[in-house]
Amino acid sequence: MSEKRGLTTPSGIPRKAFYGPSDWNAAAYAEQLGDPGAYPYTRGVRADGYRGKLWTMRQYSGFGTAEESNERYRFLLERGQTGLSVALDLPTQLGYDSDDPRAEEEVGRVGVAVDTLEDMERLFEGIRLDEITTSFTINATAAVLLAMYVAVARRQGADLKRISGTIQNDILKEYVSRGTWIFPVEPSLRMIVDTIEFCAKEVPRFNAISVAGAHFRDAGATAVQELAFTIADGITYVERCMARGMDVDEFASNISFFFYTHSDFFEEIAKYRAGRRIWARLMRERFGAKDPRSWAFRFGLVCGGSTLRAEEPMNNAIRVAYETMASVLGGASSIFTAAWDEPFAIPTEESAQLALRTQQILAYETGVPDVADPLGGSFYVEALTNATEEETLRLIADIEERGGMVPCVETGYIQQLIANEAYQRQRRQEAGEEIIVGVNRFRTDGVARQLQLFSLDEASAHRQIERLRAVKERRDEDGVRAALDELRSAAFGTENLMYPLIAAVEAYCTLGEICGVLRGVFGEFREPIVV
Amino acid sequence: MRVVIAKPGLDGHDRGAKIIARALSDAGAEVIYTGLRQTPEQIAATVVQEDADAVGLSILSGAHLSLSRKVLACLEVQGAGDVPVLVGGAIPPSDIATLRAGGVAEVFPTGSPLADVVAAFLRYDRERRTT
Repeated sequence: MSEKRGLTTPSGIPRKAFYGPSDWNAAAYAEQLGDPGAYPYTRGVRADGYRGKLWTMRQYSGFGTAEESNERYRFLLERGQTGLSVALDLPTQLGYDSDDPRAEEEVGRVGVAVDTLEDMERLFEGIRLDEITTSFTINATAAVLLAMYVAVARRQGADLKRISGTIQNDILKEYVSRGTWIFPVEPSLRMIVDTIEFCAKEVPRFNAISVAGAHFRDAGATAVQELAFTIADGITYVERCMARGMDVDEFASNISFFFYTHSDFFEEIAKYRAGRRIWARLMRERFGAKDPRSWAFRFGLVCGGSTLRAEEPMNNAIRVAYETMASVLGGASSIFTAAWDEPFAIPTEESAQLALRTQQILAYETGVPDVADPLGGSFYVEALTNATEEETLRLIADIEERGGMVPCVETGYIQQLIANEAYQRQRRQEAGEEIIVGVNRFRTDGVARQLQLFSLDEASAHRQIERLRAVKERRDEDGVRAALDELRSAAFGTENLMYPLIAAVEAYCTLGEICGVLRGVFGEFREPIVV
Repeated sequence: MRVVIAKPGLDGHDRGAKIIARALSDAGAEVIYTGLRQTPEQIAATVVQEDADAVGLSILSGAHLSLSRKVLACLEVQGAGDVPVLVGGAIPPSDIATLRAGGVAEVFPTGSPLADVVAAFLRYDRERRTT
């Protein structure tokens, strides 16, 4: 069968049948690549690659109440997971308490419900926060969750200078894709700068922001768009911190990144290598960072998402395995491998274990992580890295000509680019131009097998609402009112909101009460409708 | 034909909703996309206001059973109980029959071909016009 497969990458970069010395200037090694661990970090941010430390295996999980999620975390840790990644339910992400009418049916469904500090304490029962790193996929309400995490760490007697982890805290991409925004752009950016400033000062090993391209990607963006939009968002956050008067080397190492690895193996590797080079140069040359740690583009990522299909779902395990290998060859710091049953539901214990094993087999059986950047110097990979860099820089320049990410998001420009790409992609797949095995090629029409899927214990939402009621009955109402008043006047002013937020969560103000105060002061974002 | 494409509940994944909206408008329909976080009452009100011939709900959070039920009830209350409701998203196979028994006209789990979705909307439109 003759077909025009692979003449370009999915991002549209031309692809030749083979590459040779004329495709790559080996004399530019020091300038373009450098050794692993050396500027501009094309070959990785660590000199010894994964020898000193493997990537963190961090499976996104959480559902129901804090106890149910705590049980799943311990299950994963016992099986060798090396970091936690907390999935929060939609009400928690949107600042509604579990007993809010808008939260009905959503409590504990796509993640764990966190209403008060007590939930956060139960979530980490038996888990020392100074011995594990935790990542929270939380954006609009990130500052509140960070306040709770810090409060729990203090109660555990942990040294804040030693605890480490990540809050996603990247609101710009929420306006474009994923959709868990609350407040308008300006107050949201202010809160992000507050958290970065707070972490730089008080919790220096914590990543106050994980600038995430992953959700652009899963909404339809190409690899190049994903990288360009993410770096353009990163530029915005750096500029906002500097505008506050912070020194770039004070906060730059608190910034990390997050991506999706999709299916085109070499394009993904090139994306990560190009990303490191672009960010290192930006930080050093444009923002004047002097500390090498400020130049390092560290990123976590997820394998799966929209590359996973409902048809012949076990095939997804194979897709994720290849994506994981590309991620490791690309130099990821942490990896989440989605389970094969993700198109249907959150994973069962069995599918979650297989997803973790996918990483462990790669890490311990294949020898792939033993040499840093093993593809460095490949004619093809270097040519593709250069082309990806070039296209990414072109797109970033386009965004900056339009005034940067803020106006591009507010007007729906980025949303439109992604929607266009998603639609074209769907058409290509349905026309069979982009092959998906078992879907538009080699399709089987057999009876769907009986799947053993996870189902949420429907009683857990009731338990959560009961617990919230009990906390409200126990707490000191005067203290709650005082803390919320304090927060309100701080929000009207310009001081760093992290301190009044910590005081509020310690007084057992609920997430909904806190966000209610902030909604009152800041208002809500108005979504541009783009199709 | 006039179609409302709506995102009920708190779920923010709108890739599917936007693709369907665009495919329907390419097929000649007039499409009203609501944007995120619409309550069942708001969706029913939009259907009535826009005099829509059909409404498509996109739900990927897992809350499709109750959200669909509520939208159907609100349509009934607002006098638009005859408007067909089509539901798409991350829907386990075992829920499809439940949704249909509850009054949902068609269910399209992730991976459904665009052509099938568009054809279903057009078919319901024709049926409504001939009855």
